[in-house]
Amino acid sequence: MTTIPSDRPIAASLRGAFTAHRLNWMDVGIWVVAIGAYFVVPTYLSLGTTVLIMILFTLSLDLAVGYGGIDTLGQGAFFGVGGYASAYWALNVTGEPISGLVVGAVAAAILGIITGPIILRARGLTLIMLTLAITSMLEEFAVTAKSITGGDDGLTGYHILPVLGLFRFDIYFRTAYFYALIVLAIAFVIARIVVNSPFGLTVRGIRENPVRMRLLGVPIRTRLIGLYTLSGAMAGVAGALSAQVTGLIGTDTLTFLVSGNALISLILGGFGRLYGAFLGAALFYIFSDRAAAIDPFHWLLGLGILLILAVRFMPNGLIGLTEQFQLFRDRRGGRGLDRSGP
Amino acid sequence: MSDSALAAGPPALEITGLHKHFGALKVTQGVSLTLQAGARHALIGPNGAGKTTLVNQITGVLKPDSGSIRLFGTEITGATPERRVALGVVRTFQIISLFLRLTVAENIGLAIAAQLSLDAKPWGSLRDDDRVVEAVRDQLERLDLLGVAQRKVSELGYGQRRLVEIALALALKPKVLLLDEPAAGVSSRDLGMLLEILSRLPADIAVLVIEHDMSLVFRFAQRITVLVGGALLVEGTVDEVRANQQVRDVYLGRRGDV
Amino acid sequence: MSDILQTWAALTFNGISFGMILFLISSGLTVTLGVMRLVNLAHCGFAMIGGYFAMAAVDYLGFGLLASLPVAIVGTMIVAAVIERTLFRWVYGVTELSQILMTIGLAFVMVALCNIIFGPLLHALPIPGWLTGNLDVAGVVVSTYRCFLIVVAGLIAIGIWYVVEGTDFGARLRASVDNPRMARCAGINVRRIFSFTFTVGCGLAAVGGVLGSQMLPIEPFYALNYLILVLIVVATGGLGSLKGSFTAALIIGVIDTWGRYILPSGGGFVMYAIVLVVLLARPQGLFARA
Repeated sequence: MTTIPSDRPIAASLRGAFTAHRLNWMDVGIWVVAIGAYFVVPTYLSLGTTVLIMILFTLSLDLAVGYGGIDTLGQGAFFGVGGYASAYWALNVTGEPISGLVVGAVAAAILGIITGPIILRARGLTLIMLTLAITSMLEEFAVTAKSITGGDDGLTGYHILPVLGLFRFDIYFRTAYFYALIVLAIAFVIARIVVNSPFGLTVRGIRENPVRMRLLGVPIRTRLIGLYTLSGAMAGVAGALSAQVTGLIGTDTLTFLVSGNALISLILGGFGRLYGAFLGAALFYIFSDRAAAIDPFHWLLGLGILLILAVRFMPNGLIGLTEQFQLFRDRRGGRGLDRSGP
Repeated sequence: MSDSALAAGPPALEITGLHKHFGALKVTQGVSLTLQAGARHALIGPNGAGKTTLVNQITGVLKPDSGSIRLFGTEITGATPERRVALGVVRTFQIISLFLRLTVAENIGLAIAAQLSLDAKPWGSLRDDDRVVEAVRDQLERLDLLGVAQRKVSELGYGQRRLVEIALALALKPKVLLLDEPAAGVSSRDLGMLLEILSRLPADIAVLVIEHDMSLVFRFAQRITVLVGGALLVEGTVDEVRANQQVRDVYLGRRGDV
Repeated sequence: MSDILQTWAALTFNGISFGMILFLISSGLTVTLGVMRLVNLAHCGFAMIGGYFAMAAVDYLGFGLLASLPVAIVGTMIVAAVIERTLFRWVYGVTELSQILMTIGLAFVMVALCNIIFGPLLHALPIPGWLTGNLDVAGVVVSTYRCFLIVVAGLIAIGIWYVVEGTDFGARLRASVDNPRMARCAGINVRRIFSFTFTVGCGLAAVGGVLGSQMLPIEPFYALNYLILVLIVVATGGLGSLKGSFTAALIIGVIDTWGRYILPSGGGFVMYAIVLVVLLARPQGLFARA
C-alpha cells in the first residue's frame, strides 16, 4: 500500500467523521443551572442533592445501556452495594467521606467483576432476567442478614466527617449539594473521556453488531465486562454518596424499582448521549418528588401514559428531539451535514 | 504483473479433498481448490451447489468431515474463525453486516483499531491518532468512499454499503479475500463502479468471488471453478470454462454467449 | 402419619397448587413471547383485571366465585382484545428494551386505574361453602380449596395440551412458535393466530387471578408484585414452551413454598439462586423451542 502524503483538508474533515462529544453550549449550560440552583432555590437543596446523585446513577446506567447495549435492570444492585459498603466503612473504620466514596466504588466494581463474566454471556431478555435475579438475591440477602446489613431497618447512626477536613455537612444540605456536584462533575469528565476513546467506539460497535465485532478479532465479552464494571463502580459511588448525605442506607436501594426509575429517566432524556441522563433524571426525580407527594396514583397513571408515548414518539428522548430539530434546521439552511450524536 | 513472481512459494490457499455431509445429504464432495497469491478466482454454480457451505468451511464456521485447508502451507483446518481472521482469511457477507448507526469512517476505524490493538484504550481518541486516520483514508480513497466518510452507514444506499463491506474486509489486511456475492442487489449503474473497485484490489492478495452475475465473473476472474451438487464440475481459465459444453448445459443454459 | 411428614406433604401440596396458579397466569405470556417474541410486562395486569371483574360480579351482582369466573374471563378477554388491536400495534417491531418500557407503562396505567376505581385495599374472593374446610387425601390433611385448584388447573392444563398437540389450530400454533417466517410462507396467518392466542392467554391469566386470589390477593399493585415470579417461570421454562412453563411453575411454586417455610425471610434467595443457575446453564430455558 502506497502512503499518500498527508493532505491537510482531507484529514481534517475525515477526523470529523469520528463522532465525539464536542464541547457545546450544553456543557456550560448544565453546570450553570446546577450551580445557579444553589443560589436560586436554597430551600430545596435536599431535593437538589438527591437529583444530583440520581443523575450520577442514571449516567452510569447510560454507559451500560446506551453505549454498550447491555440491557440491565440490575443497576440498583451496584447502588446498594456501594451504599452499604460506604456506610459500613463509616460505621467501623472512619467517617472520612472521600475514602468512603472509594470504598463504595471498589465494592461495586468487585460485584461487577464477579457477576459480569457470568451474566454477560447472555443477551436480551435472558440477560435482563439474570440481572433481576442477582438484584433480587442481594435484596433478599440484605433483608435476612440482619447482623451485617441491619435487615429491614438498614444501616444508620454513622457520622460523616467534614469533606477535606474543612466543609462540614449541615442540615440545609449546602455542603452536600456541592459535594455531590463536584463528584458528578468528575464522573462526567471520566465518562466523556471513556466515551470518546477507542474503547468507547468499540463498545458502541459491540452494541450495533456483536457478531461482526467478533469477526474483527475483538474479545467482546472482555470489553463488555470492562464497561459493566466501570458503570457499576460509578453507580456504587452514587450509592455511597446517597448513604453519606442522608445518613442512612436501606434495602429499598436494591429493588428493581431503582433501576427502573433510572431507565425511565433515560427514556425521557435520551440514551447514549450523556446529557440525556442529566435532563431525564432531573425531570423525572423532580416531578416524582413533587407529584408523587400530591397524588401517587395519578402520578403513576401519568407516568405510565408518558412512558408509552415516549417510547413510541421519542425513542431518542428529549435530546433526540432537539437533535432532530437541529438537523431539520440545518437541512433547511442547506448545511446538510449530519451532526447528530451516536 | 507476472504470475510466476507471485506463484513462488506455497499457494495462498490450498483446499484438498474437502468432504462434508449433513446426514444423508452430501454438501461437499471431494472439493479441491488452489489459490495462488494474487489470484483472481471465481466460484460459480447453480443455487444449492454448496458454494456458501464451502466458504463457511474455509472461514471456519463449519467443520469439514475430511480434507485439509492450508494457508501458505500452514494447516488451518482446525483453527477457530477468529484465528483465521487474524491469519488473514477474510470474507464479506452476502447479507451486509455493518455497524449501521456508526459513520463509515468509524466502521473502518474499528477494524483498524482492532488490528493495531487499540480497541481497548479508554482514553484519547481515534481521530487524534494519525496512524488510524491515515489508514482509514487510504481504505476509503481506494474505494471512492471519502465523500461519505461522515455519513452513517444507515444513510447509505445499498451499493455504497456493499463498498463499505468490502472496505471493512480490506482493512483487516487479508491475505485471502472471499467475496460472497458482492454484486447481489447492486444496480447496474453501481456494478461498473464495483468492477472498477475490484480491479484495484491489492495485487498480492488472493481473491475468491462467489457470484451469480456472469458479466462480473467474466470481466473479473482469471480462473473459474464450477461447483454442481457439492462437487467440482470444471476448473480452468475463463475461456476454457465458457467453451466447456457441460458447463453450458448445466449452468449457462440455452442462452449461449453471455 | 407423623407430624413432620404431614407438614412436608402439605407444603408440597400447597406448593403444587400455587404452581398451578402460576402456570395458568404464565401460560399466556409463554405463548406471547414464543410466537411474537413480545415481552409483555403488563401480562400480570390481566390476571389482576380478571380478579377485579370477578370482585365486581361478587360485590354488585351477588355472584358466587364460580359464577363470577365466566364474567372475569369474558371481561378480561374483551379488554385484552381491545388493547391488542390498539396499543400493541405500537409495541410490535420495537427493540426488547422498548417493549419492556412500553408494557411497564401499560402496567402502571393498570395499577393506577384499578386503584382509582377500586381503592387500595386487598381482596380475596370468597370461597363457596362446599369448597371450604379440609380433606383427607391419602392420610394427609389438605385444604379442600387447594384440591379443587389442582383439579381445575390440571383439567385446564390437559385441555391446553390437547388443543396444542392434538388439533389443527394447535399444529399451526406450534409452527408459528418454531419458525414464524416459515409458518407465514406456509400460508399460516401468524398474526391472526397471535391475536387469538394472546386474548385467550389473557383469559387464562384471568382464571389464575380469580381462582388464586386466596394466595395472591387482588389489589392494585398485583400487576407489579407478581411480575417477577411470572417472568421467572417463563424464562426458566423456556420461551414458547408450555411444557416448560408448566414444569417451571410447579417447581418454582414448590420451592417458593418450602423456602418460605424453612427461611421465612430468606426463602426467595434460594429461588433466585436456582433461577440464576438454570438460566446460566441453559440461557434459553429448560425446554426452549426456538
